[in-house]
Amino acid sequence: MGNTVLEIENLRTSFSIKGKYYAAVDDVSLKIHENEVLAIVGESGCGKSALALSIIGLHDARVTKLEGQVNFKGQNLLNLSRARLNKIRGKDMGMIFQDPMTALNPLSTIGSQITEPMKYHLKLSQADMKKRTLELLRRVGIKNENRVYSQYPHELSGGMRQRVVIAVALACDPILLIADEPTTALDVTIQAQIMDLMKELQAQMKSGIVLITHDLGVVAEMADRVAVMYAGQIVELAGVNEMFKNPLHPYTRSLLSSIPSNMPDKGRLHVIQGIVPSLQNLDREGCRFAPRIPWIPQEDHEKDPVLHEVEPGHFVRCTCYKNFHLQTEESGVEKHVFTKS
Amino acid sequence: MLTFILRRILVMIPQLLLLSVIIFLLAKAMPGDALTGAFQGNPEANAEHMEELREKLGFNDPWYEQYGRWVTNFVQGDMGMSYVHKQKVTSLLGNRLSNTVLLSLTTMITIYLIAIPLGIIAGRWNNSWADKAIVTYNYFSIATPVFIFALIMLFIFGFYFSWFPTGRSVDITIQNGTWDYFVSKANHLVLPTLSGAIIGTAGTIQYLRNDIIDTKLKDFVKTARAKGVPEGRVYTRHILRNSLLPIAAFMGYEITLLISGSVFIESIFSYPGLGQLFIQSIQTRDFTVVSALVMISGAAVIIGTMLSDIILSIVDPRIRID
Repeated sequence: MGNTVLEIENLRTSFSIKGKYYAAVDDVSLKIHENEVLAIVGESGCGKSALALSIIGLHDARVTKLEGQVNFKGQNLLNLSRARLNKIRGKDMGMIFQDPMTALNPLSTIGSQITEPMKYHLKLSQADMKKRTLELLRRVGIKNENRVYSQYPHELSGGMRQRVVIAVALACDPILLIADEPTTALDVTIQAQIMDLMKELQAQMKSGIVLITHDLGVVAEMADRVAVMYAGQIVELAGVNEMFKNPLHPYTRSLLSSIPSNMPDKGRLHVIQGIVPSLQNLDREGCRFAPRIPWIPQEDHEKDPVLHEVEPGHFVRCTCYKNFHLQTEESGVEKHVFTKS
Repeated sequence: MLTFILRRILVMIPQLLLLSVIIFLLAKAMPGDALTGAFQGNPEANAEHMEELREKLGFNDPWYEQYGRWVTNFVQGDMGMSYVHKQKVTSLLGNRLSNTVLLSLTTMITIYLIAIPLGIIAGRWNNSWADKAIVTYNYFSIATPVFIFALIMLFIFGFYFSWFPTGRSVDITIQNGTWDYFVSKANHLVLPTLSGAIIGTAGTIQYLRNDIIDTKLKDFVKTARAKGVPEGRVYTRHILRNSLLPIAAFMGYEITLLISGSVFIESIFSYPGLGQLFIQSIQTRDFTVVSALVMISGAAVIIGTMLSDIILSIVDPRIRID
C-alpha cells in the first residue's frame, strides 16, 4: 500500500435546517492511499455524497458547518480560505459528477471546459493546453478528438459526455479523484464502458480514488477497500474480498441480500425494513440501524456503538453483528456469500 | 442565417396583410370619420358640404375599394393624407418616429443599466438585505402606474426644481446640428427616459434574479468550483452567461414594446413622438394616421420577434437557425 493521500479525521458535516444544525456526516475517519480505490456505499441519504462534497469543499458555506480534519498535502482543507482551496481543487483533486447531462456548461465548448482548470493551475501556453486537451480526450476513449474539441455538450451522447466529465477531472493529473456515482445516470451498456475506462485509467494513474456508489457490482469490480455508511456513520470498513466473503454488520448483510441474483432462488428478494431516517428524525443515541432490525433484542446493541477491529483492517460498528440473523433466515444458519467477480 | 431572415420576411407579408385588413375594418368601424373630426365644433361646417366632400374623398365607396386604394398606396410608401393636419402622413411621422425610437432606445439602455446590476446582486446574494431591498423596489415599481409616476417626476424635477424642461423634445430656438442642439435634445430626454426606466425594470430584475438563483445550484456550477475556478469567474463565465440568455432573447420584444408603449410618457411630457400623435389622432378620428401607426407597431412587433430569434441563436449554441 502506498503513501496516504488523504486522511479524514472525525469529520462532521452539519446542515442548518430551520436554525438548527444536523450532522449528515457524523464522526467519519478514513484514509485513502496512493493507487487505491476506496468505495463508499450505502442507501440514498446516508451521507455518501455529503462526505464527498465535504472533502472538495463544495457545500454552501452559509448553511453548512464542517468540523474535524481533512488532511491533504499536509494541510487541513477545512481551514483553508476559498482562494487557497481553489489552488488545490481541480489541480491535485479532481471530481467526477453523477449526471453528465447537467455537469457540463451548455454554453461552452468541450475544449474550453477541459482547458479551464489548466488555465488556473498549470503554466502552459495556449497551444500546449490544446495539445494536452486533445490527448486527454483520446485517453478517455474519444476517437474524433479534434471534432469533439470544438463541439458543445448538447451535441454529444450521455456516455461521451461522461467521458468528457472524466477528462475534466483528470485535466491536471490529480493525486486524488472523487467519483460521485459516476455510472448511476447512465444506461447499463454505457455503465460497463465507463467502468472499463475508469479501471483502465486507474491502472495508469497512481492517484487514490474515492468511489461513491450504491451499486455493489461496481464495488466488486473496482474497489480495493469498502466503507459502508449508514446514517452518516461508517458501520463497516474492510478490504473488498473480506467485505463480500465475510460481511458482518447487519446493514452490510442486509444490503448484500437485497441484490437480485440470477440464480434460482428460494423466494422473495430481501427488503430492508423501513427507510433511512431524515436528518431531523434521526435518533443519535445507540445503534442507528437498530430501528430497522427490530427483531434483534436491545441488549445485543452497544449503548454507544464504536468501531471494533475484528480482524486486521476489518472494522465493524456496534456489537449487534454477533447474534444477527436476517428476518427471513433461521437464526445464524446461513450467511450470504458473494464473491468478487 | 440569411435564408432564415429571408424566410421570416416572406412569412411577414401575409401576417401584415391580415393585420392591415383588421386595422382598416376597425378604423372604419370607429364612429364618425375624418371629416367629423376635422370639422368638430366648426360653425362654418354644413352637412351638405360635408356630404359632398365625403363623396369626393371616396368615403362612400364600398370598404374593399377603399381598402384596395389604401393598401396599394401604402406599399408604395404613400400612407395617405392626414385630414386633420392637412399634410402627408409620411412627413407627419418622420420626425416623430425618430423621436420615439430615440426615447425607446435610451429608456431600454437605462432599464438594462439599472436592472442587470441589481438583478445580479439580488441573485448572487439572495436573501441578503440588499436582495430584500431590491425585491421591495420591484414591488414598488410594478405597483406604480406609469402615468402617476411620470407626473410626480414631472412635478418634482421639471416644475418644482426646474432642473429639466417639462415638455417638447428640443429647444426649437436652437439651430439644428450644433452642439447646443444635441445638449438640449439630451436634456429633454432625461425626464421621460427616467420616468419610463425607473419603473420599467421589474421584469428584467426579477427574471435575472430568479434565473441566477436557479443556475447557482446547477451541476455544471459545481463542476466549475471543483475545477478550482475563482468565485468571481464562476459567476461571470458560468452562471451569468447562462442567466443572461433569457434577457438577451427578450431584447427584441422589449424594444418594440417600448416603441408602441410610450403613449403615456409622451403625452405627459408633451414629447412629440408616435404615442402622442396616436392619442391625438384617435381623438380627432384622423384614421389614416391611426391605421399607419398601428401598421407600424404591428410590423415592429413582428420584426422584434425575429430579432429575438436571431439574438438567441447567436448567444445560445443549442439554438441554430438555418
